[in-house]
Amino acid sequence: MTSQLDVEDLEVRYDDYVVLKAISFSLKPGKIGCILGPSGCGKTTVLRAIAGFEPAYGGRILIDRVEVSSRDYCVATEKRNIGMVFQDFALFPHLSVADNVRFGLKSWSSREQKERVQELLAMIGMPAYGQAFPHQLSGGQQQRVALARAMAPRPGILLMDEPFSSMDIDLREQLAREVRNILKQENVTAILVTHDQNEAFALADEICVMNEGRIQQQDSGYNLYHRPANRFVADFIGQGVIIPATVENEHSVRTELGSIEGEVPPGSAKGSLVDVLIRPDDVVHDDSSSDTAIVVEKSFRGADFLYFLRMDSGIEVLCLAPSHHDHKINERIGIRLNVDHLVIFERS
Amino acid sequence: MINSKIRFSASLFERLWQPGILLTAFVFSIPVLTIASFLFLPTGDIWQHLVDTVLADYLLNSVLLMIGVALGTFSMGVTCAWLTSLCEFPGKKLFIWTLLLPLAMPAYIIAYTYTGMFDFAGPVQTQIRDWTGWGYGDYYFPEVRSLGGAIVMLSLVLYPYVYLLARAAFLEQSVCVIEVSRTLGCNVWTSFYRVALPLARPAIVAGMSLALMETLADYGTVSYFGIGVFTTGIFRTWFGLGDSGAAAKLAAILLLFVFTLVVVERWSRQRAQYHHTTNRYSKLPVYRLTGARALIACIACLMPLLFGFLLPAFQLSLWAIDTYAVMIDSSFYKLVLHTVLLGLSTAVLAVMLALFMAYGKRVLASKLVFASIRVVAIGYAVPGTIIAVGVIIPLTWFDNTLDSYMREQFDISTGLLLSGTLFAVMFAYLVRFLAVSIQSVESGLVKIKPSMDEAARSLGRKPTDILFNVHLPLMKGSVLTALLIVFVDVMKELPATLILRPFNFNTLAVRAFELASDERLADSSSAALMIVVVGLLPVILLSKSIASSRAGS
Repeated sequence: MTSQLDVEDLEVRYDDYVVLKAISFSLKPGKIGCILGPSGCGKTTVLRAIAGFEPAYGGRILIDRVEVSSRDYCVATEKRNIGMVFQDFALFPHLSVADNVRFGLKSWSSREQKERVQELLAMIGMPAYGQAFPHQLSGGQQQRVALARAMAPRPGILLMDEPFSSMDIDLREQLAREVRNILKQENVTAILVTHDQNEAFALADEICVMNEGRIQQQDSGYNLYHRPANRFVADFIGQGVIIPATVENEHSVRTELGSIEGEVPPGSAKGSLVDVLIRPDDVVHDDSSSDTAIVVEKSFRGADFLYFLRMDSGIEVLCLAPSHHDHKINERIGIRLNVDHLVIFERS
Repeated sequence: MINSKIRFSASLFERLWQPGILLTAFVFSIPVLTIASFLFLPTGDIWQHLVDTVLADYLLNSVLLMIGVALGTFSMGVTCAWLTSLCEFPGKKLFIWTLLLPLAMPAYIIAYTYTGMFDFAGPVQTQIRDWTGWGYGDYYFPEVRSLGGAIVMLSLVLYPYVYLLARAAFLEQSVCVIEVSRTLGCNVWTSFYRVALPLARPAIVAGMSLALMETLADYGTVSYFGIGVFTTGIFRTWFGLGDSGAAAKLAAILLLFVFTLVVVERWSRQRAQYHHTTNRYSKLPVYRLTGARALIACIACLMPLLFGFLLPAFQLSLWAIDTYAVMIDSSFYKLVLHTVLLGLSTAVLAVMLALFMAYGKRVLASKLVFASIRVVAIGYAVPGTIIAVGVIIPLTWFDNTLDSYMREQFDISTGLLLSGTLFAVMFAYLVRFLAVSIQSVESGLVKIKPSMDEAARSLGRKPTDILFNVHLPLMKGSVLTALLIVFVDVMKELPATLILRPFNFNTLAVRAFELASDERLADSSSAALMIVVVGLLPVILLSKSIASSRAGS
């Protein structure tokens, strides 16, 4: 299957400052991609380059196999067949909901326009709001209208710039799932930009983690968590600590808390020193264990406690324990390792 | 972000947009460039004659006039601004906006109104003689038609510039700095002199620069009072001595004064931006004035209003009641029609050009366009007299060149094709007032978030399409304001119209000035009153907007 969007070795500069470098990814039709990264990592610039708001300094962008950006070439935004949902929604305040949704359908016949508007309003669950004006809507409603407006002309690709950032935190995941359902219903190819990994996990099929203008890893949410490609991804996605270990053989390393079985990168000599990633759920609280650590800090999270533990060597690990295991600060508790995925980095 | 190196798949219009803006900016700079070039051109006998005789007078009078108006506008503007921003006294709410009313009163109108009231044959001196039995020469009465009189007239109508900017600056000052100064042992007045006034200084200087630009641009008042300054000198040299080169040279020197003021004004405005030390704005401390102090505050605010607007407006109304039956006839209606048509068509053109340039600046985001708009923006500071001379010289050259070419080639005389037509008049108006309309349009545009443009473009609409479907509906208010301000400015404009108007073509302003110059003061009142009344419209808009503006609230 050919891809709907191809970004090949994209480079973007502001004057002489390199904002993006060697950005490459592609997206198949009907898939939802996500660019995830901390603020200032350049993720919005990727989106704006795809939209045609920023010219490419190098590399190229293809939408539906048609080149729209390359060095010294930039197809105007309005000719790219894209749709975009903005962080502030950017609904036209002087137009009704129906007219906002209709805005991109200028070339359609008026009957088609009317049908399409009705269809979309029904899809976003607001069939009776056609005559309402943006200022009369709640944030969530405005967001859905913005989505309907962007999808109305059936764009080749839908771009979403932090679409949930102005929402209540409690609503974000629910809205993200709703949006996913709508996108899947219309079979839209979409890209989401966000700094919130929960949003990314809830909405996207594939996630690119970005930092400092470069893609760090492109994978599923599960793999980003369990098989991070580098220290940045390991640190950015989920929680965890990195502790020293010694290679025992091709299938195990030895840590202070015992051996961990898993795939050791080929070429790591026996006895060489490496670092391994330990997630909080890799450390199990077990009163019968001979390995112990002292509780330094703890935070109550409802169903469980997140304990910050210091071992005798001074190395600290995180441990997720069911919430009925309520231990005091400075108490010594038993722990053992239960690692499903061995993640090894070279010793820094 | 458009980089000239990038091939954008833009429409023909978009390709021609930037060159179009550059060309527009160039065309509207021609008058100023023409005048500026005379600084470097060799001079003739008449210029030498001017240097030997009147130039020193022009310089001295201009400088004295500027010093006087600077002092007058400063004292009235800052006092009223301080009282209406940081004090509480009876009638304050009313004064806040009525203090702007003198803006509606053109200086030349107030000048001849006061002459009518206070000169030897006027009602005031006649009354004094009736009461005392004195005759001519028996008593001293200040002469209205003098340099001092001109200073008072101009100060009375120009102080609102200082008032407006100073008041905004006082209101923007965070309460903290004033309270800190009080805890450090300053009383009300020392905290004003040592903290509030220095903090507001850039704004006050900017306001005074604007008032002084208007002073340098004034022709009606100084001409009516017979004072030799640059503007009157340009007229005398042009029409009396018939030397356009020497007139242009005078204009060039005046232009140097104007540019100095422009630099001072822009520099002050930039400095004003850095003067906010904190972003905390709580309710301003208010000095509640009672008894004698409240009375003094009331009188201090009443004086500029009374003498700058109420009294002259009252006198004009009395005259108009006396004379309207004779003066308002078919020729008066023709006058109004001319003025309205000229004002409207100039306003519409100015707003169209302003949209072309300001929206281009937003869409193209190029440094060249940015610079072009800054160049055009200088026009508001250039006196109408300079612009008129700067328009007529290139137009006459164009007409003569075309005429002689057509005669040689085709034996046809095209005569004066452009100079002496309404084209020349409107061109001069646009040079002067385009900046005003651009400013108003831009203030509307910046309120529309860039994501609106991007959303519309992502929905497949072209920039021009977006202007009409998104921006114009959202900035109706600013566009109407721009139309109104240009319309009113055109209606009040005097010197450029006097120089450039076609033969037998009059506007209300020109007619009022002509009648007043013929000592038919009462007869001129109908036209003058009309100018004042229409001029009140933008002042009311302005007063509405300042009433609701207060940073942080």
